[in-house]
Amino acid sequence: MLLEINPLVLPDPGLLIWSTLAFLILLFVLGKFAWKPIMKAIGEREKGINDAIASAEKVKAEMAQLQSDNEKLLAQAREERTQILNEAKAIKDKMISEAKEQAKAEAAKIMAETQQAIENQKMAAVVDLKNQVGNLVIEVSEKVLRRELSNKAQQETYIKELANDIKLN
Amino acid sequence: MVAVFSLFICFYSNTSFSQEHEPNHAAEAQGEAKHGEEGDFDVTGFILDHVKDHHSWHLWGHTSIPLPVIIKTDKGFETFSSAKLSNEHHEPVIYNGNYPYKLIEGKIRIMNADGAVDEEASKKVFDISITKNVVSLFLTVILLILIFTSVANAYKKRGVKSAPKGFQSFIEPIILFVRDEVAKPYLGHQYTRYMPFLLTIFFFIWINNLLGLVPFFPGGANLSGNIAFTLALALFTFVIVNVNGKKDYWKHIFWMPGLPTLMKIFLMPIELLGVFIKPISLTIRLFANITAGHILVMSLISLIFIFKSVAASAMAVPFTVFISVIELLVGFLQAFIFAMLSALYIGMAIEEHHDQHEDIPVI
Repeated sequence: MLLEINPLVLPDPGLLIWSTLAFLILLFVLGKFAWKPIMKAIGEREKGINDAIASAEKVKAEMAQLQSDNEKLLAQAREERTQILNEAKAIKDKMISEAKEQAKAEAAKIMAETQQAIENQKMAAVVDLKNQVGNLVIEVSEKVLRRELSNKAQQETYIKELANDIKLN
Repeated sequence: MVAVFSLFICFYSNTSFSQEHEPNHAAEAQGEAKHGEEGDFDVTGFILDHVKDHHSWHLWGHTSIPLPVIIKTDKGFETFSSAKLSNEHHEPVIYNGNYPYKLIEGKIRIMNADGAVDEEASKKVFDISITKNVVSLFLTVILLILIFTSVANAYKKRGVKSAPKGFQSFIEPIILFVRDEVAKPYLGHQYTRYMPFLLTIFFFIWINNLLGLVPFFPGGANLSGNIAFTLALALFTFVIVNVNGKKDYWKHIFWMPGLPTLMKIFLMPIELLGVFIKPISLTIRLFANITAGHILVMSLISLIFIFKSVAASAMAVPFTVFISVIELLVGFLQAFIFAMLSALYIGMAIEEHHDQHEDIPVI
């Protein structure tokens, strides 16, 4: 029979009613005065922590961005410096080589002019010499021709004398 | 396992030691000379006496607190002290209220003029007395309200940003545990709506389980091991599940989609039965686990009286301590399981879409 089951497993209606009532009261009171503020506080704190973590992450990302920007700038500056140096070096080299070229050209020009001058002087000297030699020859010839007839021996001595007199230079 | 073991002990002691005894008070059995002449000890009576509800709260020896009796008969409500139902020797006597009442095996019965129980009239007695379990219930309610309003005040006073301190830091992880391990996995984004219910039911059961383990006055009542109490809690889950059940939930019960029509008709009564089996399983699981724990602890202590030797305590006491520690764990575990299964049942009922069919875990 159903009614003969152990009273231990037969729910007592009195306690059932009291339990239901107690649980309802508990649910209402705790729900209003405990769970609501507690869950709200926990939720707010978690949100705060999450926000803090998120903002920290953001700052970190910004820092990383900044650093990479800095590095980029630094690298760029370094590159620019190298470029400028290279350019300067090129200009220097160019200038030196240009100066050398110019100097060389100048020197060549001077040399050429000098040579020209020497040549001119030489030519002038030669012409002068030629003229003098010509004159001397004419002079000597004239004198020889004048004395030819009188004395042969004398003539020869005279030629020798004249020849001795002609001292080049 | 615990239940099987304790039942075994219970039956064993029943057959061996209590052949010719009427169930009487343990205190009486050892205390009163006229009863204790045989020296034998009624273990079953002693244990069942503890596990059952009472109209008075036994403190020690012959001292007990009388509790108010509230009964309704066809002559209306009637209130009197339970002290009137027993004499100075703690034997049940007849109290003449609207009817002649007497406590028979812990229940209030109406007596005939010739001193026998009037079964017909007794059926009309509706007992809503403040019994030992009801007092324990009220104590728990007060305790919970005190604990959690103070914790809530700590949040208000200390602000949201600061870390929890003191009792607040003990409670908060448990609240978070209920939220993250019980509510969120089964209820998804709708969990906030059911958090108050789950938290209340978890802490209510847990505190009761712990109080039940305290062997002296404010504790010691077997409230969470009482089937009426567990039934009341399971009924709340039942109501919440079925009130919040969505279209899909009812469709799955009455017209399971994706099956041949014949199968649908066949499944309908089974699914409908499942609706009622779920709260019944909740009721029995908690009741059986906690009662079994109490029986086990009492049985181990009773070993001392069974062997009638102080030497037996060398074995009984360490075992009792061991089982009590396990019961601490069981107390937490059963509160967790009750809350978790409630969340699971609610979660299945409020689920909007269902791609896969989950199995209901049976724990």
